[in-house]
Amino acid sequence: MKVTTYIPPKAEDFAFTPENLDKAKGYVARYPEGRQASAVIWLLYLAQEQNGGWLSVPAIEYVASFLGMAPIRVHEVVSFYTMFNTQPVGRHQIQICRTTSCWLRGSDEISKACLEEAGTSRFGELSEDGAFSVVEVECLGACCNAPMFQVNDRDYYEDLTPEKAKEIMRALRKGETPAAGSQQGRVSSEPEGGLTTLTEVQGGA
Amino acid sequence: MPKVTIDGREIEVPAGITVLQACEMAGAEIPRFCYHERLSIAGNCRMCLVEMERAPKPIASCAMPVGDGMVIRTDTPTVEKARNGVMEFLLINHPLDCPICDQGGECDLQDQAMAYGYDRSRYEENKRAVSEKYMGPLIKTIMTRCIQCTRCVRFATEIAGVEDIGMVNRGEDAEITTLERAIDSELSGNLVDICPVGALTSAPYAFTARPWELRKTLSVDVMDAVGSNIRVDSRGREVMRVLPRIHEDVNEEWISDKTRHARDGLSRQRLDRPYLRIDGKLRPVSWEEALTAVAERLRGLSGERMAAIAGDLCDAESMLALKDFMTGLGSENLECRQDGSKVGSDSRARSGYLFNTTIAGIEQADAVLLIGTNPRWEAALVNARIRKRFLQNGLPVGVIGPQVDLTYETVSLGDGLDALQALGRGEGDFAEVLRKAERPMLILGSGAVARPDGAAILSLAREVAESFGMAGPQAPEEWNGFNVLSRAASRVGGLDLGFLPGPEGRDLEGILSGAEQGEIDLVWLLGADEIDMSRLGRAFVVYQGHHGDAGAHRADVILPGAAYTEKNGTYVNLEGRVQLGRLATFPPGEAREDWTILRALSEVVGQPLPYDNLGELRQKLIEANPLFGRLDEVQPAAWEAFGAKGEVSGAPFALPIDNFYMTDPISRASPTMAKCTEIFVLPKRAATGTEG
Repeated sequence: MKVTTYIPPKAEDFAFTPENLDKAKGYVARYPEGRQASAVIWLLYLAQEQNGGWLSVPAIEYVASFLGMAPIRVHEVVSFYTMFNTQPVGRHQIQICRTTSCWLRGSDEISKACLEEAGTSRFGELSEDGAFSVVEVECLGACCNAPMFQVNDRDYYEDLTPEKAKEIMRALRKGETPAAGSQQGRVSSEPEGGLTTLTEVQGGA
Repeated sequence: MPKVTIDGREIEVPAGITVLQACEMAGAEIPRFCYHERLSIAGNCRMCLVEMERAPKPIASCAMPVGDGMVIRTDTPTVEKARNGVMEFLLINHPLDCPICDQGGECDLQDQAMAYGYDRSRYEENKRAVSEKYMGPLIKTIMTRCIQCTRCVRFATEIAGVEDIGMVNRGEDAEITTLERAIDSELSGNLVDICPVGALTSAPYAFTARPWELRKTLSVDVMDAVGSNIRVDSRGREVMRVLPRIHEDVNEEWISDKTRHARDGLSRQRLDRPYLRIDGKLRPVSWEEALTAVAERLRGLSGERMAAIAGDLCDAESMLALKDFMTGLGSENLECRQDGSKVGSDSRARSGYLFNTTIAGIEQADAVLLIGTNPRWEAALVNARIRKRFLQNGLPVGVIGPQVDLTYETVSLGDGLDALQALGRGEGDFAEVLRKAERPMLILGSGAVARPDGAAILSLAREVAESFGMAGPQAPEEWNGFNVLSRAASRVGGLDLGFLPGPEGRDLEGILSGAEQGEIDLVWLLGADEIDMSRLGRAFVVYQGHHGDAGAHRADVILPGAAYTEKNGTYVNLEGRVQLGRLATFPPGEAREDWTILRALSEVVGQPLPYDNLGELRQKLIEANPLFGRLDEVQPAAWEAFGAKGEVSGAPFALPIDNFYMTDPISRASPTMAKCTEIFVLPKRAATGTEG
């Protein structure tokens, strides 16, 4: 049996920092008068970033009153999109792609390794030191370099092996920022063993 | 007008309607869950699929506008299969708990599964479960039964104007929620009616009766002056529930929570036998003793030393009987406006106390001025109409008096008379709005007319109405934008039959001060509980009514009468619409229909009233005012003089109702209304510091 619930945890008050307030006003200004609710997703991203990667109820309600919307309308948006987190996340949120290409190339092992490194038993759980939360997501569009994960909605780490994944996480825990991109050193999505075609310039000058 | 062919029949339909509506017009029944005539279109249940020629697959008829030359089929195997399929999908996660579901027997899903579904399920997987949600004291939720039609979300957002319900999560996890907040709307009970399944059911009615056990009586409501059409469902001697009945010009298909849920007050605090005060204590007596005691008191008493006050819930018949009885004894001290309202004081002109625009007429208005009123609490369905109009054309609404959340945008113009006077002089932005409006209207609440200078305010409002072309010579033809918002179901009926002080008679203030000073020896309270009982002095008080409330507490004789569900009575709503309330159950114990009590007493007194049955009484009613003979019609009232020039006080308008859920003896006796008060009213009072 599957039980559905939507119960965001209790949290402290929220308000935009002065810089984010300016940004938020900029987002709202992109839309015509009376259509400011269109900026809701922009503002939610901004609030999520400011709030450490997740949206608390006060943050959601702050955005709602900022845009003159009923809180429930914003809750609907937040709960609809998977990119908004309604539970606290780690400082580094690891999003492992599990869609076909990555799955065929061993994303299950990557997931297992990440959970192990984070010391958590299930997806979405916050690691004890607060450094990690690991989730599985659908296709992130880096199929050629499968398997891969994304960190904090920003950095793609591709061509992973379970060991590589753990290494990256260890580095992240130490506060380092490992180089993003292919972990095998290939450029963008070139073939694994180097170029096989178009190896020389033909015809031309 | 587009021509469409439905199941081989060509019909002409109005442009702009949907295929579903066209099919209905052509007589083809289309099953549906999410579609509702009065709500916006969602198109998410897919039950209304029909086949359209040249369309590659079935179309959702509720969301497809008709076009000229469309060929629609609703009876093909494809359509049948589509319905089967949708039904099967809807039932995948729907529990099989019909035997313990309160919706059973009146459930859209149950009925349509019977009519359009497969006869068995092919799913063996576990069903999903959804946690219950809190929606307040009136609505019980069993969210596992929800089929995500979103009617409740749309009702709350559009009709009720409280954006408290929404659908969170997505896909299989989608669920309706309120985020654990009670729905603070006086129309929330309607959510139960629009829910097509048993997800939202009536909490006070839970597990009490099955629809097929109930006797259904078509009646009208008396909790406010709107005269909502209701159906009273009773079992044995108890009213089990009250449901709305469709009347497009009055309540559409909604009723307020008080109308719906105050019914449990009907079986509490009831006066079920006569009482007589002996040695300072009320003691049960027989009818004979009670009537003799009253007759004894009346003997030799001159008419000017007695008075009668009619309460808020009285039917016209009992008021006429009491009026005839009192006039027979030579008394002119009659009063049907127990709130002290001055409407009808100086002139019997109907336009001076009616809601002239009519409730349906609000939908033609293009500017509204509210004076000393909170329509949301005084007449919830009038407020729903104003909101409906507001959503249609952004109706500008100006408010003179206290500011309250009316579920639409309002402009505050001030809190007292000076604001009205300024408007009368044409000052301010809102005067400009009113001047430009083609069909402006004003609504005068009892906060403005139920005060000593009420007649002067009435006259002032009349001048304002004339100056802005709301009514009178400058108004558009057949438009009268002058409205008095009555609060009591009996008020317009009482005014129409002249339950008012005669030329030498005393009005409410006169009666009360007379009683205080010992000039009035006997006061007859016909269900009147909202007056200041401490001012009745040493007068002998006869209380005729159905609930042990303030009046019965003060009374010297109690004559137990019938509540609105227990008698056949005529009520006139605030528009002046005459409607019949019908007997659903019999009065408890020895209580009797009110007019028969008066008829019996008149016999004892030796001045028998000239009617022996309800038919004869109704005949007299029509003789007293021919309007009573015209059921369910609104007769436009001629624009005549009313109100009186006079001194006005600068005091701001005060709102008469401080608790929507308890305004009359029935709702004050209702445990459900007490619960609502606790949850919706008391926290707000505590927050504003107006409590004690």
